[in-house]
Amino acid sequence: MSAADAWWWPYVMIVVAGWLATDIWRWLGVFASGKLREDSEVMIFVRSIATALVAGVIAKLILFPAGALQSAPVMLRIVAAACGFAAFFASRQKVVIGVAVGEVVLIGGWLLLGLG
Amino acid sequence: MPTPPSASPEPLPEHQPDGSTQLPSRVWVLRGVRAAVSIPALILAAAFVGYAGLARESGFTLGETLAMVGFVWALPSVVVLTGAITAGMGLVPAAIAVALASVRLMPMTMALMPVLRVEGKTRRWQLLAASHFVAVTAWVWAMRYLEEHPREARLPFFLGFGASLTIFVFCMTGAAYVLIDDMPLLPSAALFMLTPVYFLCSLWGAARISADKAAMAIGLVLGPLFHLYMPGLDLLWTGLVGGTLAYVGTRIARRGLR
Repeated sequence: MSAADAWWWPYVMIVVAGWLATDIWRWLGVFASGKLREDSEVMIFVRSIATALVAGVIAKLILFPAGALQSAPVMLRIVAAACGFAAFFASRQKVVIGVAVGEVVLIGGWLLLGLG
Repeated sequence: MPTPPSASPEPLPEHQPDGSTQLPSRVWVLRGVRAAVSIPALILAAAFVGYAGLARESGFTLGETLAMVGFVWALPSVVVLTGAITAGMGLVPAAIAVALASVRLMPMTMALMPVLRVEGKTRRWQLLAASHFVAVTAWVWAMRYLEEHPREARLPFFLGFGASLTIFVFCMTGAAYVLIDDMPLLPSAALFMLTPVYFLCSLWGAARISADKAAMAIGLVLGPLFHLYMPGLDLLWTGLVGGTLAYVGTRIARRGLR
């Protein structure tokens, strides 16, 4: 029996390819932050990089989703996200309103289009 | 954002002019726990309920699913790991894929640590332990609210928030895995839509200056472009190029070409 069939192999994958591969960045972040001051120019730059990265993740989750969301047409996903964000603004930045409107548009559009 | 932890009506009497605090750390841990009882926690838990369905469909056991949630914690990275294992990738390629999808955690942690740290007092191992809770929800909350509190309170406050959020989501994921046999397509899709819309709103909410907002707008555009034209390293490039453009552009707007 090869290692890949053993019950513990997925856990090795999770610890090495999951835990180490993610926490290494967090630990590097701790070491790299060193004596940086939170109001320094370097910090503004670092925060810009972090924010752009998270925004990239968001766009990918909408345009190239995993799982059941793939069944919704890409235009519906974009419109739902845009409506949610617009509602977030219109409600003076209430996250829960933005999320609720995004969901209503997605579900409404899904039913209107008669998807599975 | 509802019930911000700072919304206590009475002024904070423990906030001394020198930034020290008279309250013991455990009080701030408990306040962090209380702050975690929040709409963002519910949204995140619901998103993980959707993930539990994906993990179950993909053939992961309950133990494996919970191990991924506990060890990795950042939801987008958890999804990448799930996909990598499902696709039968080897250990090293899977680790590279997950690592590339998780690069964002480093600048996020770098930005957070100076807020948490008390110069000359906070030990590095404490920051290393706290860093495991760095993921979008806790990070956005911390960047938005921690600075209102005395410096010595921030680390215990963040630990209380991060730990209780993780435990709550962990339990909800396990419960969803056990209780929901076969999730229909529509609810499942709706749960997967929660994460991006929630991240979109809360990331904007955490943006403090024009550089943050510019970085967000540029990242939204560059992310998919780099995904199509430079798959694999796309997020890394999105961060470096988008972050640099946003920083340089807004710096010129702020200070001119100096």
